[in-house]
Amino acid sequence: MLRLVNVRKSYVEPNGNVLPVIDIESFALAAAEQMVLVGRSGSGKSTLLHVIGGITRPDSGEVIVDGQDVAHLSEPQRDRLRAQKIGYVFQTFNLLPAFSALENVLLGMAFTGQRADPARATALLDRVGLSKRLSHKPSMLSVGEQQRVAVARSLANRPKLLLADEPTANVDAGNQQNLIDLIRQSCHDEEVALMLVTHATEIAAQFDRVERLEEINRVGAAV
Amino acid sequence: MNLWKIAWRSLQQRPLTSTLTCLSMALGVALVVAVITTYAVVEESFNRNRSLGYHLIVGGKNGSKLELVMSTVFHIGRPEVPIPFSYYKEFLRTTDADGKPVVPERAKYVEVAVPICLGDNYQGYRVVATLPALFDFEYAPNTKYAYSKGECFAADQSGWNQAVVGAEVARRTGLGLGDTFAPTHGTGEEGQVHEENQFKVVGILAPTGTPNDRALFIHMEGFFRIEGHAPEPEKNGAAASPPTDNLTDKPVDNKADDKAEPHVQDIPDDLKQVTAILVRYGGDEFSVYPANVAQSMADAAAGNEFRIINRSDVAQAAQPVEMVTRVLERFVAPTTYILMGLTVLTVIVAGIGVMVGIYNTMLGRRHEIAVMRALGASRATVMLVILCESILLSLIGGAAGFVLGHAIVAAAAPWIVDYTGVTVGLLSFDWRSLIVVPGLVVLASVVGYLPALNAYRTDVVKGLAASA
Repeated sequence: MLRLVNVRKSYVEPNGNVLPVIDIESFALAAAEQMVLVGRSGSGKSTLLHVIGGITRPDSGEVIVDGQDVAHLSEPQRDRLRAQKIGYVFQTFNLLPAFSALENVLLGMAFTGQRADPARATALLDRVGLSKRLSHKPSMLSVGEQQRVAVARSLANRPKLLLADEPTANVDAGNQQNLIDLIRQSCHDEEVALMLVTHATEIAAQFDRVERLEEINRVGAAV
Repeated sequence: MNLWKIAWRSLQQRPLTSTLTCLSMALGVALVVAVITTYAVVEESFNRNRSLGYHLIVGGKNGSKLELVMSTVFHIGRPEVPIPFSYYKEFLRTTDADGKPVVPERAKYVEVAVPICLGDNYQGYRVVATLPALFDFEYAPNTKYAYSKGECFAADQSGWNQAVVGAEVARRTGLGLGDTFAPTHGTGEEGQVHEENQFKVVGILAPTGTPNDRALFIHMEGFFRIEGHAPEPEKNGAAASPPTDNLTDKPVDNKADDKAEPHVQDIPDDLKQVTAILVRYGGDEFSVYPANVAQSMADAAAGNEFRIINRSDVAQAAQPVEMVTRVLERFVAPTTYILMGLTVLTVIVAGIGVMVGIYNTMLGRRHEIAVMRALGASRATVMLVILCESILLSLIGGAAGFVLGHAIVAAAAPWIVDYTGVTVGLLSFDWRSLIVVPGLVVLASVVGYLPALNAYRTDVVKGLAASA
């Protein structure tokens, strides 16, 4: 499902110095497999997610998502791939405040080039327990509810891969487990591969596969 | 969910900014629509008067043809120096004492000639002395004068002190059937009131949308009998010819005078003058030909007579169609174009306001745009969303301006009626104002380009980080 080969990414600092961030020789994630990626702050976790999601192009290497090399696609092609095959759950939910819960999910369908499916959007919100909050704006939802809308939105286009970047970081402790359960169950039901980034060891401990970025990233290992 | 809805939701997120931006656009568009509609109204007014049903206006030679038309048709400006009544009679077919028809050379192809005498007003509205035949003209194609109340003043002596009132005059002055009024000398209200000459309203014209809505019509013979309009005849009858009815040109029954008002006297023709003559060519001379041929021949006769009259020292002739067109093209259109230019500039300024309004929101929207990009929206898509916002703001503002513009015109309707004679309302519409719609889309696309470009260039990683 996901395969990284000799992926390198570096940034040029304002003073001209080149700062290597990612240098992964090999990494793979099977279809519908669920894993956790842990690592210290600044180790490049978010950058890696951006590279996999096609938001950032690596300097070199191959990033194969469902058979397509993201690294060698044009930007519009990467956008289309991201819309169709990759779901995102952000740390800060990133719901658009002007849109209702249902519209936020429909927004996730708006960029695939296909017709939006209100029935599926409604079903997803029903699955995350928000069937009575469809017309509520994010400001009218609790933090936990907002993150559940974000989960529903990430699954709207039946992605092959879900990238979750510290999804529980802003959720109170009581709701963290519920949210993780929701994400894992949803990915399981939809047969979506999950790469979840977290700092929470108790969450990481629930996954069969836990990868420490410093161990797969030669930049991190060097540090 | 399409791009329009995304754009609409974004606008809803900033209600105050969006409303103010729409408002500025609405004001600009309102001005454009008001100018276009007003111009259409004025143009319609001119066009209505372009086809008053007669070929020539013949009047005094002291002024220009334009002044002759303006004073006769539009009731604007000072009347021309009058022409002798005998000159007017050259356009009439008459009968001699034996009842045999007499056709002067000038009257050979004339279908009808109606005299106009000007020089008085009532409360600022022009008093037009004429004959009932004036109301037989079609003031617009296939449209004749009609009366909302009453009827035309009588052609005979009983109508000399009667009047017909234009619709707007009746509305503004309150004159109704049976009311009387005394004309004021001159074209302004400050002149001497002819108190001794009271005219009774016997008819009120239905609205015509022509300047005649703003005029009062009295019998020409009544006009002549107002003090100062025709010199007093000598008691023993200085006139070389017997008194005649000017409509039929037949001898007046003097016995009727006995029953008339005391001031009603016979006035010899050589003491009378008319301000203008409205002449239509055609009639029996051409009736044997097909209608279109007859029309062409009548037009040709009018053209020929136009040249002959203008070579004389007594009078001049103007062709209303040509003069009205000239007035429209030389005076009205350029003024309108200048106004239009200014209002279009206003819309452009409003468009720049839209650009500034959207652009100023862009910094706060980096996160929103980055989220859409992360969800798969391409750079072109987010650019289109911003352009859609610009177009929506412009079209909503434009629609509001469209309504506002017509409301302005409707509010200005009393003044428009006063100056053009055309009645306008909230629903007065000119198809040219539809140019505003594609114009706004183009304008919105242009002014929306800069903020859209800003959205296009938004860095997704930095935009997402901005939310953290």
